[in-house]
Amino acid sequence: MAEPALELRDLNKAYGALTVTDHVSLALPDGEFHAIIGPNGAGKTTLIHQISGLVPSDSGSVWLGGRDVTGLSLPERVHRGLVRSFQITSILPGFSALENVALAVQAREGSSFRFFGRARDEARLNDPAMQALEEVGLGKRAGVRAGLLSHGEKRQLEIAIALAAQPRVLLLDEPLAGTGPEESAVLIALMQRLRGRMTILLIEHDMEAVFALAERVSVLVYGRIIASGPPAAVRDDPDVRTAYLGEEGG
Amino acid sequence: MSMTLLYVQTLNGLQLGVLLFLIAAGLTLVFGVMDFINLAHGVQYMIGAYLAAMFTAMTGNFFYGLALALPSALAFGLLLEFLIFRHLYDRDHLDQVLATFGIILFLNQAVKVIWGAAPLSVPIPEALSGSIRLMDGLLYPVYRLAIIGSGLAIAVLLGILVSRTRIGMLVRAGASNAPMVSALGVDIGKLFMIVFGFGAMLAGFAGAMVAPILSVEPGMGDNLLILTFVVIVIGGIGSVRGAFIAAILVGLVDTLGRVFGPQLLRALMDPSAASQAGRALAPMLTYILMAAILFFRPGGLFPAKK
Amino acid sequence: MTMPPESGPGFLKREAVPVVVFALLALLPFVAVLGAESYLLSLVTRVMIFAIAALSLDLILGYGALVSFGHAAFLGLGGYAVGILSAHGQTDALVQLPVALAVSALFALVTGALSLRTKGVYFIMITLAFGQMAFFLAVSLAAYGGDDGMTLSGRSRLFGLDLFKNDRAFYYAVLLALLGAYGLCRSIVVSRFGRVIRGARENPQRMAAIGFPLFRYQLVGYVIAGTLCGLAGFLLANQAEFVSPAYMTWQRSGELIVMVVLGGLGTLHGAIIGAAAFLLLEEWLSGFTEHWKMIFGPFLVLVVLFARGGLMGAIRRLGGGGHG
Repeated sequence: MAEPALELRDLNKAYGALTVTDHVSLALPDGEFHAIIGPNGAGKTTLIHQISGLVPSDSGSVWLGGRDVTGLSLPERVHRGLVRSFQITSILPGFSALENVALAVQAREGSSFRFFGRARDEARLNDPAMQALEEVGLGKRAGVRAGLLSHGEKRQLEIAIALAAQPRVLLLDEPLAGTGPEESAVLIALMQRLRGRMTILLIEHDMEAVFALAERVSVLVYGRIIASGPPAAVRDDPDVRTAYLGEEGG
Repeated sequence: MSMTLLYVQTLNGLQLGVLLFLIAAGLTLVFGVMDFINLAHGVQYMIGAYLAAMFTAMTGNFFYGLALALPSALAFGLLLEFLIFRHLYDRDHLDQVLATFGIILFLNQAVKVIWGAAPLSVPIPEALSGSIRLMDGLLYPVYRLAIIGSGLAIAVLLGILVSRTRIGMLVRAGASNAPMVSALGVDIGKLFMIVFGFGAMLAGFAGAMVAPILSVEPGMGDNLLILTFVVIVIGGIGSVRGAFIAAILVGLVDTLGRVFGPQLLRALMDPSAASQAGRALAPMLTYILMAAILFFRPGGLFPAKK
Repeated sequence: MTMPPESGPGFLKREAVPVVVFALLALLPFVAVLGAESYLLSLVTRVMIFAIAALSLDLILGYGALVSFGHAAFLGLGGYAVGILSAHGQTDALVQLPVALAVSALFALVTGALSLRTKGVYFIMITLAFGQMAFFLAVSLAAYGGDDGMTLSGRSRLFGLDLFKNDRAFYYAVLLALLGAYGLCRSIVVSRFGRVIRGARENPQRMAAIGFPLFRYQLVGYVIAGTLCGLAGFLLANQAEFVSPAYMTWQRSGELIVMVVLGGLGTLHGAIIGAAAFLLLEEWLSGFTEHWKMIFGPFLVLVVLFARGGLMGAIRRLGGGGHG
């Protein structure tokens, strides 16, 4: 079998006496849509931070397509195809939606040490950016300042930025956070379209979305993965029910 | 007698370090708790010196002068806080830099208008005048020893205050995580006012103490302010302990470097080149030290923020 | 999406401020024949030199949000390159200028690499400290005047010719330098590189997450700004025919920040207007009273508290010019 697209080997992280990531190991085969669920404070976002390189791990390693990327910085991992989105919308509010995405194209396409020529007019940056915007359904909003977009549109933009970086592995940190039902539907449909085109690791609270989208689900509680498997199996796992779903389902 | 020189200069370095600490202590907490960059902290030191000079001249006694200067420096600090600083807390660093820069321009000029451009001098109080024989061939002025002693005493007091009292605990917590402290229901604005006023008074105390041995003049706080920044950066923003260690370190390096740097270089190169290079290098030593420490520890020696 | 065309009436309207500013500067020597010519020429020459320095600072401060508080060091480095070379008999600008720029670039590279490892108030204080280090270095240069500074034997020559001796010729040389610096900065801020710098101002984490290692871009920006300011130092030494440590006091660094903010951050022509406003205000106020700083200090505090966006922001608001 081929190397997993993304593999976590025994990742650990503690803040003082508080262990937030506890011996996490996980392997995602190429093209898998994998979701991580867990109660608030389970350490999901910290885990994403560690995988993406925003926060260093205390020990353990992150492997991308069979290569150890643990020592690489966040931007270096992006260039290897490991791209993430943020739970709290992270965009450039003063730039147009198109420029937000064009910057992601610029990051992977050619040198950014160019001091002449208007970057805003470069078709080789704008065309792929436009394509990504259309892909997420924001084509008509390309010229709008990102800060003026609605919350749902900002979430779409965030995904467009990630797509423009041409990820092999995409980390989505609660893309549905704070969205209304209609906005959620748009985003879920978008993730549905991305399924299979790249390896996706999704962190999400919306159970309905997770069980509809994911091929495999892992449950993170207090920094530990207590169950991992197909959605139906995880849903029926007694440990999961007591530790997590039981509370939510009531 | 080179050993004597070494002792004397070490004491001088200690004295500079103690002064730096008195100024740095308030500043580092203001930085740490409010993330507020206050360039005007150096003028608090200057104001302290002028107030001491004025009150000493009025009362004819340095200790009365000092006793009057301290509450005045405190009141002045609180006034500035009330009028200007509290409107700057939620602004970005650039705004804070500009506004406090404007305050420096104003106050440096204002003291010229009030007390004249010529330096003032304050006589050393009689009780602390003269020198004391510390060992064979080593005479040291009593007043300078008094500065060192009172500075160290305040450092100890401050250490106890910060580590043992409720308000000290709040200040420490504020320096490492300000939102958490306000989430606990503490009035962070009031906390900051206390910290700020206290810091202004300490800087004023430093100014008052050096008034008898330095000339009291406009702008006297400016260069010391930069050294204080170096101290805070080396020590780690928000850490009183870091400020103390860094202040002593900077005081010693600066003082000893100027005296012994050229001498050490003389062992390596010919005398005239050594004294030239030494004179050029000595004032840069502190900054080189800072650069070196930051290279290995970007957060300073004792970073308060996690 | 509305993308205004590059030329035509739209161009003039959009570029009205810089066009008017440069036209005025170009015409000034002809208007100034009435009486106080040399005074006015030298004042405006000084304004333009500081405008270059402010422009260079705006590049990193206004567009990159890097609050560098040691920028005056580059004025001094450029100036001392001229002073020290001419003290050793090397008076040709073709040698002096490259040396001035190279020294500034090198200093920017070393101090920038250290300073940019930090953020926020640390960055401000460290750039301040490095500026102060350069200041003390100049003070300790006893062979070159130490504290008192040094007087130059004359202005730089070009191909051995004493071109810049004529104040009007020097004026136009400075204007040309300002125009060049402005053009360069304008080009940089809209280029790919400039877009990375601007993006880092808005959201550094986002920029890192799309694959930009910001440190190296910010460092290059810092070096460009330092080098440009070295050019201003070269010109300043030539104008005054004098260099001294006073070029690089931290108060001078503060004044450069004031100029940029006064004119409006991140506009470039705002830096020119801010430099003019600052120096003319200084000239005007000090005509009234030697204590002009007692007026200027509170003015600064009021600008910060009540007039965000600087003078250009105020002009825009007065003109009702929409949303900036």
